[in-house]
Amino acid sequence: MMEVYLDNNATTMVDPKVFEEMKPFFCDIYGNPNSLHKFGAGTHPKMVEALDFLYEGINAADEDDIIITGNATESINTVIKGIWVDEILNGNKNHIITSEVEHPATTAACKFLETQGVKVTYLPVNEEGVLESSSIRDAITEETALVTIMWANNETGKIFPIKEIGLICKTTGVAFHSDATQAIGKFPVDVQDCNLDYISFSAHKFHGPKGIGGLYVKKGSALTPLLNGGEQMGGHRAGTVDVASMVGMGWAMHLATSKMALAYEENHVSKLRDKLETAILELPETIVIGGKGNRTPNTTLISFRGVEGESMLWDLNQNGVGASTGSACASEDLEANPVMNAFGSDSELAHTGVRFSLSRFNTEEQIDYAIEVVQNAVKRLRALSSSYAYAPESHKSAL
Amino acid sequence: MAKNDLISGSIWDEYSNQVVNRMNSPQHQGEITEERAKELGTKLIVADFGAESCGDAVRLYWAVNEKTDVIEESKFKSFGCGTAIASSDVMAELCVGKTVDEAVKITNIDVEKALRDNPDTPAVPPQKMHCSVMAYDVIKKAASEYKGVDMESFETEVIVCECARVSLGTLQEVIKINDLTTVEQITDFTKAGAFCKSCVKPGGHEEMEHYLVDILTDTRSQMEESKMKDAADASESGELTFDKMTLVQRIKAIDSVLDEDIRPMLLMDGGNMEIIDIKENIPHYDLYIRYLGSCSGCSSGSTGTLYAIESVLQQKIDENLRVLPI
Repeated sequence: MMEVYLDNNATTMVDPKVFEEMKPFFCDIYGNPNSLHKFGAGTHPKMVEALDFLYEGINAADEDDIIITGNATESINTVIKGIWVDEILNGNKNHIITSEVEHPATTAACKFLETQGVKVTYLPVNEEGVLESSSIRDAITEETALVTIMWANNETGKIFPIKEIGLICKTTGVAFHSDATQAIGKFPVDVQDCNLDYISFSAHKFHGPKGIGGLYVKKGSALTPLLNGGEQMGGHRAGTVDVASMVGMGWAMHLATSKMALAYEENHVSKLRDKLETAILELPETIVIGGKGNRTPNTTLISFRGVEGESMLWDLNQNGVGASTGSACASEDLEANPVMNAFGSDSELAHTGVRFSLSRFNTEEQIDYAIEVVQNAVKRLRALSSSYAYAPESHKSAL
Repeated sequence: MAKNDLISGSIWDEYSNQVVNRMNSPQHQGEITEERAKELGTKLIVADFGAESCGDAVRLYWAVNEKTDVIEESKFKSFGCGTAIASSDVMAELCVGKTVDEAVKITNIDVEKALRDNPDTPAVPPQKMHCSVMAYDVIKKAASEYKGVDMESFETEVIVCECARVSLGTLQEVIKINDLTTVEQITDFTKAGAFCKSCVKPGGHEEMEHYLVDILTDTRSQMEESKMKDAADASESGELTFDKMTLVQRIKAIDSVLDEDIRPMLLMDGGNMEIIDIKENIPHYDLYIRYLGSCSGCSSGSTGTLYAIESVLQQKIDENLRVLPI
């Protein structure tokens, strides 16, 4: 049975080239980068190279910082809680603006701050799943300490107007953070062009290793650190750096953000995504949730009427295809997905959405196979679905 | 939280083979048409439960022999996850050959047990237990259609936790008898709230009519109230002991002894005392006092006078009283 991984918004395969670059840092060049001896110093050239790749990948200026963290969740918490300490507890602000469709790293951190008395505005998205920048302008008050908005949505792939929001924040003097986790490697990310103060990202979404992330901090925007300890990362993030993973993240960034890689993403990965999507849309009563416009090239979120999302995942998995769903039943904690709810909680869409997210490692052969598997699954599950079930004329449906 | 909870995402690994097999090839999925029911000489019953917008829906078909009330054929169609489909499949199977009255007695717990490979291992992980509840509800719906009665008439008690089928009455009783103070204790005693957790507090997977947090608060305040009532009644009949008294009753009781036996002596020397607080310090009761007037500087306040006060109170009120001047 062929195995096809179409869940690249959850995590990605480590690029073999990245893995090659990481290997020496386990058994050969294993010194602590903070040590003075040659074992420690021996790690520096490749760490410097990794930083160069990271700065280049998001167009950070040399005077800015890119702090190496454990993951995007840590980066996001560093910003939100740092702003809380510096601007709210020890300042005169008391308000944060975010959206209703952020990753839990942002939403849960904001909910925590609410328990501590901070005011948080959760802006809704429109029917296409996109946040309108004007709603940010309307929400900013004298008390606003931070605007934090994701660059691209993990479920729908929808790209948010970060450049417009950056301008609004710049003119109103409010700090601006973007969770760029789903953006890097999908389209060009330019922190200077978008007037960003902070962005968060994690390597494993762009073919780097898990357990390593980054936090871009514009010059002059340094915050109280989340982790106290040694003087690593210029005192901004304590803890010995995972050198192998940092080197891996640097290379992953380099490989994912080169002009060629982004062109491949835009032209080739999107073509495969479109092929899959077009074939699925030929099935009756299927739609792309939020529509096709303004998306990352690798993502499609499709609703199959009458087929519950998790049962669809089950059938795909039985046939070697890995995808994901935002529907309530699939997640461990059984909580309905806010992104799906944003399209209307009454809608059956909330439970019929299946997300396919591709990467540059998917092949056309895999997509052809996945199409066949999806077609069969839809056929089988609709045959046993109550939505398509027979009812005698006298029966009034209550479904 | 413990070792087994630290790695998430293992829901499907915990399914029994029965659940897997029935999801992959359900035996009783399908429909019964009017023609088919006629052919069997039976009455067709079609019952729906749930809704796609809620993420779970099932349609149950029964061909019922009207002379014997026996369900001769039973089929289902389902919109739901693997557990929902497998549960519906077992549910339809369990109905066949039973009378409608017998079928109504099938619960979601029977359905889950029938899906087990081994009697001691649950067929599904706790979060998925809820998916079998709908299989139970739709049977009641079908029976109500057949009998032309309300669905509620089959439920004799108010069920708070649908997954573990624990009733409001049971919960109130368990809280009272065992003097439970936390929801975790309730779950330990009854299993209520151990599965999908919707009934624990508002904001869970499903909206509920009753929540454990509210039942706990209400039952505790009922317990407090009845404790107070008992104390008031006992006080009237003169049978009240110090340990059963409310705080106000304790203060009053002590004050009246002080007024009668202690204060007159203190006043003679130009002093007095006041009660500051009473704290339970099992098995003792600590009475915090402050001396006033000339007593406040008197050296005997921590020796002879103190012993006198303490022994009078121990004699007249409770032997576990201790007096602590501050």
